[in-house]
Amino acid sequence: MADPVFSARALTKTYTSGETQVLALRALDLKIFAGEMVVLLGPSGSGKSTLLNIMGGLDHATSGQLFFRDQELTNLDDRGLTAYRRQHVGFVFQFYNLIPSLTAYENVTLVTEISDHPMRPDEALALVGLEPRMHHFPAQLSGGEQQRVAIARAIAKRPDVLLCDEPTGALDSKTGIRVIEALLGINAQLGTTTLIITHNASIQDVADRVLFFADGQISRIHKNEARRAAAELVW
Amino acid sequence: MRTLDIKLFRDLVRLWAQALAIALVIAGGVSTVVLAVGSLRSLEETRIAYYERHQFADVFALVRRAPKTLLTQIAEIPGITAVQGRIAKLALLDIPQFREPATGQFISLPEDGQPSLNRLYIRLGRMPEPGRGDEVVVTEGFAKTHAFTLGSHFAAILNGRKRDLVVVGIALSPEFIYAIGPGDRMPDERRFAIVWMSEKALAAVYDLDGAFSSVTLKLMRDASEGEVITRLDALLDRYGGQAAYGRKDQTSHAFLDHGLDMLRNMSRTLPPIFLLVAAFLINVTLSRIVALEREQIGLLKALGYRNAAIAWHYIKFIIVIVMIGVVIGSAAGTWLGTFVTELYGDFYRFPFLVFVQSPDVYVAAAALSLGAAIVGAVRALRDIVRLPPAVAMQPPAPPRFRRLLPASFAIRNVLSQPAVMMVRNISGHPIRAMFTIAGMSLATGILIASLFLNGTMEALIDVTYFMSDRQDATVSFVERRPLNAVNQIARLPGILAAEPFREVPVRIRNGKIERRIMISGRPCDADLNRIIDTDLHPVVLPETGLAISSWLAQILGTQVGDFVEIDLLEGQRRTVSLPVTALVEDYFGIQGMMHFDALARLMREAPAVNSVSVSLDANERDRFYDAIKSMPTVSGVALQRVSLANFRDALAVLVTTMANIYTGLAAVIAFGVVYNSARISLSERARELASLRVLGFTRGEVLRILLLELAVLTLLAQPPGWAIGYGLAWTLQTKMAGELMRTRLIVDHSTYVLASAMVIAAALFSALVVRRRINQLDLVTVLKTRD
Repeated sequence: MADPVFSARALTKTYTSGETQVLALRALDLKIFAGEMVVLLGPSGSGKSTLLNIMGGLDHATSGQLFFRDQELTNLDDRGLTAYRRQHVGFVFQFYNLIPSLTAYENVTLVTEISDHPMRPDEALALVGLEPRMHHFPAQLSGGEQQRVAIARAIAKRPDVLLCDEPTGALDSKTGIRVIEALLGINAQLGTTTLIITHNASIQDVADRVLFFADGQISRIHKNEARRAAAELVW
Repeated sequence: MRTLDIKLFRDLVRLWAQALAIALVIAGGVSTVVLAVGSLRSLEETRIAYYERHQFADVFALVRRAPKTLLTQIAEIPGITAVQGRIAKLALLDIPQFREPATGQFISLPEDGQPSLNRLYIRLGRMPEPGRGDEVVVTEGFAKTHAFTLGSHFAAILNGRKRDLVVVGIALSPEFIYAIGPGDRMPDERRFAIVWMSEKALAAVYDLDGAFSSVTLKLMRDASEGEVITRLDALLDRYGGQAAYGRKDQTSHAFLDHGLDMLRNMSRTLPPIFLLVAAFLINVTLSRIVALEREQIGLLKALGYRNAAIAWHYIKFIIVIVMIGVVIGSAAGTWLGTFVTELYGDFYRFPFLVFVQSPDVYVAAAALSLGAAIVGAVRALRDIVRLPPAVAMQPPAPPRFRRLLPASFAIRNVLSQPAVMMVRNISGHPIRAMFTIAGMSLATGILIASLFLNGTMEALIDVTYFMSDRQDATVSFVERRPLNAVNQIARLPGILAAEPFREVPVRIRNGKIERRIMISGRPCDADLNRIIDTDLHPVVLPETGLAISSWLAQILGTQVGDFVEIDLLEGQRRTVSLPVTALVEDYFGIQGMMHFDALARLMREAPAVNSVSVSLDANERDRFYDAIKSMPTVSGVALQRVSLANFRDALAVLVTTMANIYTGLAAVIAFGVVYNSARISLSERARELASLRVLGFTRGEVLRILLLELAVLTLLAQPPGWAIGYGLAWTLQTKMAGELMRTRLIVDHSTYVLASAMVIAAALFSALVVRRRINQLDLVTVLKTRD
């Protein structure tokens, strides 16, 4: 088996909301391996997004350790996390989070300009099949197209890991399948380790491994012997 | 960072209305400073240049008749660089087709042309030919109001004889920038002229061959003016010299100085306040605008942008807005400054204007605006970049709303649901509400501070012209006359009442503080020249003691009951000590007043008068004028009605023009603030409002929720705004008060109403814009995306 990209040991995250404390992750242990396609399933509030945010350097853990390869992320300060995100991580969010005042092409250059070895923005957009519409503003694109722009933006820097938080959550099934296809294509072509959070259980069939979350912990891990193609998905 | 720059540009285009409104707030602040400092510096430089080029004298003295040989002795006083002896006489003028009597201040010119001091600026024509007794040069204002050109004729009663004069030159003089006729309060160019004529001719008329009646001196830079004056007084004393005085007591210089002082004090008070208010407002506004970018900032962080790069991006955004404001403000300020400089230059009849560029002001104003804006933005940025990107990308957590009252008092029983939402929203964001209220209060405040000046001018007119000096005219004599001169005047046609008026120049002193003033003697039952106390009640002068201007009392640090030292500068020059028995409310000059008989006793003279205040029958006015014109003892007649008209036309125009300019700029700032408040709260609450629309609220209902809040905040802002306005008005009034003119602080109810109305109008306009925006609200997009 390949080397682990992420190793988590007793990773814990507590949120304080007013007078109540919410335990979002409870001493979680996990390893993710290079090139893996992992799907995270579970109900709302089970800790999936929290884990993804901490893995992506978007949030700090309360205790425990998280390594990216040999680097301990849980030790990094804000500046270190920024550098880590810049070099290694691509994000795809449920609500696309495109800059509305920039075209598709420009939204991608936003990332390529600060990366060391990026692809050309048009190349990234071609990978998600959006080359013909690259000079459109987000408001002129459909939801699926916007999400594919977000994917192009995430992969343009050639990240080591691609973290997707409900990338199809706001999309209909047909568009959702196109987005999953795009993600699978990237995973296959570039070997990018990919983690996808979803509420849609049918997406689990495209993964190498499926992590089931409950109550801030991984309740079960399922390994798919054979991955299905996106086109075969039904939901 | 090219893509971020594209975003910057597009964001600016998207937010153009708001960006422009913020830029206008900055422009309002910047232009007041540029306008005020620019015009002040230009006028000060103009005066310096005028004085230098035309050798304006430093010391002035009048004497009955002194031999010219004395001039050599005067020149030997240490510290003097130039001496100019001359003849100066007041005389009545008789102008064709002009009924009212006018006065000429006749001044002799050396036979060889220009005097060495107080040189004329010849606008048109030439100097009189030596020895030509009919050729004169007159002041430009006088020539203009009577449409005199070269060759025009008028007559003067010189030493009792009427002489025909011909205008050969039209000129200006640094000595008479602001020229006031005898007994008058305001310059009146129709009725008061400076008339220069050949010394030989004037000497022949007044029998002053080889003699002079006025002397002016130029001092070395380091000379002691006081010492020179003492020595000059000693030399002139035996020739009937009146106490010499320096520039600060020279009428024209003193008034010009006061005018510039008022401008200076206005420019040191209002513009900094405007700029600070603008700075505060952009600070708050930009902080809110940046806070709205929270999710985009979170995204940029998530994409790997460093905090510094993100901060720089927003700071560039702010620099562009501020620079637009600074450029608009500088251009408007420069234009307004030129306008004000020309207005003042015209009022003072400067022959030329020196426009001073003040790059330091532009830089300072820009730096302050930029600093305030950046601090505001950084305050918001600091809070956001501190958040982990995962948190920043979420909308901010809702505030913790609480019940303000026990459940049994539930406000929803009293208020409608939208009103409850409004109340909860305000109480849930107390700091934001406070800043909004503060911004609108300041807007109301600066409006009041610029609007109140108009009302103050009217109050000044009311007290001065209708409560205190109620005479229709003041007849001044060439020299003091015995008391029976009053009867002589009283017998003239049209006179309904006549009151004696005696004036004596004195130096008044308390400890080390000293001022040169006039003490006037008037009857205790004076009904025309009344004395008004600080409560605006007429005062009966006590039989002994001295009443002084309350302003003078402040300067001297005296109160009723204290004794002050008085140097009498006329007649037997004695020093006496007098008790202060009353304080007088007056707005022009500082003065002392005494019972008529007490003043005569103090002067050890038989009761005498310098002028007579009269009340006139309007129907007999022309006959009165004709009678006066035939009286050689009269030097001039001041007409209250004309004085008031001139006050309104001239000085009041200057003050109200400035006030209107400041009001306009305050209105721009007020509008910018209210508009931005409304727009930003719309952006902040777009999702919430869209949700309401989805729930079935109509556009009108949604609009009402948002506008109710704007209306409540606008109304809540008014009372503190009035308090701020009153405070600013008080500061301005205190700063602008001076020895020559001051005002009573009057902030009319109408001023408060007008200021509030302007802010409310800005709110209404903003409401219309917001309504348009709400109509355009795309429900689905707002709810689905979080941009």
